[in-house]
Parts: sequence; structure tokens; C-alpha cells
Amino acid sequence: MSMGLLRLLRGKKTSAPVARERLQILLAHERGLRGQPDLLGVLREEILAVVSKHVTLDPTKVIVRLERGDDVSTLEVDIEVPNDFERKRVAVA
Amino acid sequence: MSKVLVVTSGKGGVGKTTTTAALGAALAQRGDKVVVVDFDVGLRNLDLVMGAERRVVFDLINVVQGVAKLPQALIKDKRLENLWLLPASQTRDKDALTEEGVGKVIADLRSRFDWVICDSPAGIERGASMAMRFADEAVIVTNPEVSSVRDSDRIIGMLDSKTVRAEKGERVEKHILITRYDPSRAARGEMLTIDDILEILATPLLGIIPESQDVLKASNVGTPVTLSNADGAPARAYIDAARRLCGDSVPMQVPSERKRFMDRLLRRRAA
Repeated sequence: MSMGLLRLLRGKKTSAPVARERLQILLAHERGLRGQPDLLGVLREEILAVVSKHVTLDPTKVIVRLERGDDVSTLEVDIEVPNDFERKRVAVA
Repeated sequence: MSKVLVVTSGKGGVGKTTTTAALGAALAQRGDKVVVVDFDVGLRNLDLVMGAERRVVFDLINVVQGVAKLPQALIKDKRLENLWLLPASQTRDKDALTEEGVGKVIADLRSRFDWVICDSPAGIERGASMAMRFADEAVIVTNPEVSSVRDSDRIIGMLDSKTVRAEKGERVEKHILITRYDPSRAARGEMLTIDDILEILATPLLGIIPESQDVLKASNVGTPVTLSNADGAPARAYIDAARRLCGDSVPMQVPSERKRFMDRLLRRRAA
């Protein structure tokens, strides 16, 4: 305890509280994801399916990215379409 | 009434095998009939820590595959009457651990022993999931360090979802065992505190094992630390943890640096 007190008097920051805070934030996030299917994977598949109904796409050129911010997160969908893309005829139901 | 206990952690090198051997020996010394089972297929070490490495003939996978009968593969401890070891295979791959086969072996062990202690490999792959699959209780070995705590959290999630008990809507009783605890570093604020770890993992504490040279010495000679230096701090902490597993109420000893500080002082004076 004497060392802890010394440090406190000197006003130096210890690393353990930082470890604790980082863990709490990380685990709150990881626990939220646990047991759920991979969100980005599902989004990617479904977006690909919707766009492919109308346009012929290279599946490897569909990129879905989730950027986590402090207040809001942004979902970025990047789909590369060739210039001479072939427009599919959609059957009218 | 027999219990299947898994010793697990996610992270490697935190002290699962040391803990399996120490708790196994401590429970056997109380008079319970105990078997320790190594699930680390391909990287077995429980035999070495138990000092039985030259007595391995058959292993868990031989029994799972029906090559050997269970009594042929069980190795009786030379020090304790009630302690047995079922080693892992060193050569085969972990895919040989089928759920059906492991289930049969565990059921057979349950009928012969009071405690079946499964030493899990690190990671979250097949060996680890098979080690916990049939468990009634779990000891999650955690070091006071961020990566170990994170992995323990992940393992707790698996215990709550991927075990037979969880799938039946029952609970696997979970306990945190903090190992390699260094009181002087904790006092300097350089190490996560016990309270931090328990709050983050929201799981009850089974014991705190102080960092000690006893542990390395015990593994050097192939003796569970509870037998090699029974009066040492880690041995006493493991013996208390074993008593708590049996339902005894034992006050928790948080290792303090005072004694070590005095030791250092005395040693310095003597020198």
C-alpha cells in the first residue's frame, strides 16, 4: 500500500484503471455481438441479392463496412458496377 | 454423487494444467476419488506435471475409439491412493474427439469417480469445447491481465451456451480462479484488482493463487503443488479452493505483500 500511496501523492497515474476501463468498453461491445449471426455477412449477402436482381455483379466487388463512432455508427456499402453493365429484365409479377 | 468439473480459460499459459493437478490432488487428499483428464490432444502436459509421463500406455483417444478399455488407460497416482490420470494422445489429431465417444467416456468415468476434472486446452476449438461439453461445474482460470480477462469472458459465454447443461436449460456452475496474482504489483496499481476482475466477469471467486516459485518447482519435479510444498502460499490457496468446491465455507485470503516485504527486508539484513 505504501507504494500506492506514494504514487497517489506524486499524482502519477497507474495503469490498472486504464485496463479496467478498456475491458469494460470492449466486453460490453463483444457481449452484444455474441450468439448473433455475423451482421455484416448477412447484410452483404442480402444487398448483393437485391442488386443482382437488376444488375449483373461481381460478388467480390461488394464491400460492406461498419464504422463505429462515439455517438453514431455509419454503414458504408461500396458496390462496383461495370460501365457497360448488363441490365437484367425483371419479370413483372 | 459424482461431478464433472472443467478447468478452462481460453487463453494459454494461465495455469490450467497446474490448477487441474493441484485441485485434483487436494480433492483426493480429502478422501474423494478423483480422475484428472487431459483434453489437450497433441500437446499433452498433464502427465508431465503429475509426474506420470513415463507410465502412459493408452490415452483418451484410444478409449474413445475403443482401442483400449478405460481401466487400461487410467494411471494410478503413486502418492495418493484416490488419484488417477487419463492422459491425452500425443500423436493423433483433435478431430478424433467425437462428441458421442467423449460422452461415453465421461459417463463411464462418472460411475467410477467422485470428481472428473477435465483439463481443457487453450483456445475455443474442438478440444476446448469437448472438455467443457459435459461439465457440471467450471473453474475459469484467469490472470489479472487484460487479454486473459477478455478470453475468460468469451469462455463464460461458451459455458452458458455450448454445454449439454446449457442446452437443457440448466446452468453450469462457474467459478473464477485468479492465478499468478502479484500483491506488490496490485498495490502499485499496475495490475487489475480482484474486485475489477470479478465485477467485469460477474462470476463468483473460487480462490486467489499468488505468483510463486513453488509452482515452477512443483512442475520441475512432476508433483502437484499441493503436495510438493503443502505449507506454501499457492498450496494453501489451492487447498482452500478445493474445500470451497466441496461446499465448505472458507474465508477468502487475499495475498498481501506485507509478508513478502518483511521477507525481503530480513533477507537483505542477513546478507
